[in-house]
Amino acid sequence: MMYSTRLNSHAYTFPDLRTVLAKASPARSADELAGLAAASEKERAIAQSILADVPLKRFLDEPIIPPERDEVSRLILEQHDAEAFAPVASFTVGEFREWLLADTGDLTTLSPGLTPEMVAATSKIMRNQDLIAAARRCRVTTCFRDTIGLPGRLSTRLQPNHPTDDPRGIAAGILDGLLYGNGDAVIGINPATDNLDNVHRLLGLLDEIRLQHDIPTQSCVLAHVTTTMELIRRGAPVDLVFQSIAGTEAANRSFGIDLAMLREARYMALELSRGTLGDNLMYFETGQGSALSANAHHGVDAQTCEARAYAVARAFSPLLVNTVVGFIGPEYLYDGKQIIRAGLEDHFCGKLLGLPMGCDVCYTNHSEADQNDMDNLLTLLGVAGCTYIMGVPGADDVMLAYQSSSFHDALYLRRVLDLRPAPEFESWLIRMGIFDARNRLSARATGIPLLGNFSALSGELP
Amino acid sequence: MSDPWHALRRFTQARIGLGHAGHALPTSALVEFQLAHASARDAVHAPWDIGQFAHDVDKLGLQTVSLSTPITDRVQYLKRPDLGRRLDAESHRRLQLLSGQNIDVALIISNGLSSTAVERHGVALLQAIVAAYSSRQLHIGPVCLATNGRVALSDEIGAALGARIVVVVIGERPGLSAADSLGIYLTYGPRPGNTDAERNCISNIRPPEGLSYEAAAAKLLYLSLESLRRRLSGVALKDETPRLLL
Repeated sequence: MMYSTRLNSHAYTFPDLRTVLAKASPARSADELAGLAAASEKERAIAQSILADVPLKRFLDEPIIPPERDEVSRLILEQHDAEAFAPVASFTVGEFREWLLADTGDLTTLSPGLTPEMVAATSKIMRNQDLIAAARRCRVTTCFRDTIGLPGRLSTRLQPNHPTDDPRGIAAGILDGLLYGNGDAVIGINPATDNLDNVHRLLGLLDEIRLQHDIPTQSCVLAHVTTTMELIRRGAPVDLVFQSIAGTEAANRSFGIDLAMLREARYMALELSRGTLGDNLMYFETGQGSALSANAHHGVDAQTCEARAYAVARAFSPLLVNTVVGFIGPEYLYDGKQIIRAGLEDHFCGKLLGLPMGCDVCYTNHSEADQNDMDNLLTLLGVAGCTYIMGVPGADDVMLAYQSSSFHDALYLRRVLDLRPAPEFESWLIRMGIFDARNRLSARATGIPLLGNFSALSGELP
Repeated sequence: MSDPWHALRRFTQARIGLGHAGHALPTSALVEFQLAHASARDAVHAPWDIGQFAHDVDKLGLQTVSLSTPITDRVQYLKRPDLGRRLDAESHRRLQLLSGQNIDVALIISNGLSSTAVERHGVALLQAIVAAYSSRQLHIGPVCLATNGRVALSDEIGAALGARIVVVVIGERPGLSAADSLGIYLTYGPRPGNTDAERNCISNIRPPEGLSYEAAAAKLLYLSLESLRRRLSGVALKDETPRLLL
């Protein structure tokens, strides 16, 4: 179906919904690289005005990637819950935006009625403040050994990566993070290599530390899902199953996965019954541009492809999902402005689709971005109610060679917005003398039991 | 306030034990970070002296061939990865003259995102790789040097040479404390359109802090032999190098 309008006797015509979505996207280098972006600011604004009048139902009638060619499209249609959709079924995209911003109560029950394309379309006509205000109204709570996503809480993934996976170096990073109050979302290592023995050894290290200090959290080594499945078969202590996912079948295939594989991995991990409070045990990472970089975007813009990845994620009741927003580089998100916008879009879309959405607030050294841009995004996401952020020592990931949020950044956000860690983890922090009861680092120099327990690492510790 | 566990920094280059002022970084840690970021930013834009590199490889007694992509400058390289995956017409002509050699492994070196990494470690790593392959009588063909290339450029080069597998050594994205890290990507049966799931990667080659040249070459030899034997690469080919070899 054609979409067209006239402005000053000039006709603007877009051949299909996919094209309207792409042209309406706020500017980013990924869509320019793909040849999908609006040719001018005016064309973008016109596409946005056309998009605002598209009925939400149209996204069910006109799939942007044919279901017969893509299992993610099939999944999206299978997932759709007409009953949950009913309250908004008569709206256009523009009306839906207004409805989201009016005070209409809890949005959680709406999620199964929304498709990624509806949510992506709405985000394209929303300003940053709209994305923040609407996301703030979504609450998604998940559990494994602690409770993540409660109101007034902010969790962190402790990310103690090391360039050669040296166990002492990783343990030192974990100690540092715990002593700064990080790690309630997960203690998660990106392994330097996917070597089975190596990943097995790291899983053992994480489990030993968690058990020794009775930490109410979960661990993960972010290896390929097939590596994790093989290690479950070998009896390794696997809490969470990690995988990078994307929004098209072809992009997922480029990651070496499909939906059936994720389903099998989840069942294998569920059989281990390692969660004490709940069984959300999948951990997914995503990022705008992944489908394009795999040449698997079907002419769909980067942000819409990203929202489709959330349809994949929600099929597996994950504990954690985060966009790695600035990791992919300047050819996808060129500068701080584009990274900030994308981070807010991803958080909004994920939350509206019912995900426990976190964000790796990050950038690389070849992007036009710096720490100030990250401070801005971090603060905005804190206001938006972001579920969790990363905690990397000094913001510098020495293995993945990029900058993310630091342990100190989490303390900053807790301080300025009065956000507390997950309740079980907060109690542990207070019990261990790391936090005082006022959500701050305790005045400490000595006497923290954790330090003594880690002394095997170094004879020089008190 | 300083952190009593600062001594653990000898186990990692990560910025642990920084201390704190309230919730924030102490000023010394703040300005140190700013300096590191500024240095990395400068490193990203540094050019690669490919002529000097070719000269150094010649001295090892290896044949080289210089190749180019359509990229004209560093900013374009950063914004247009698609151009960094293609050879220009002249490079295609050069490769055509070299095809038909029954090459087991086509070897490529590119500066990628860090010319510093290739200049610091490229020749020594190449030497270790060539020694490893020679020990098992694998024929590597000419060493291809490509400025401003992306990983997938190896598909086009490997296909043009008719190689059984292709290996590209490439400068990784600079981090704050590591602006000189090399990565290796291996692909079986190279042809344009290979996906990343069909590649195996060895990263963080950056002695003394990262992986050593010898360890990287040993891993690469293992993966190459397995890849040739099983006629595949990527996620189906797990790195099960015994730790003794490292």
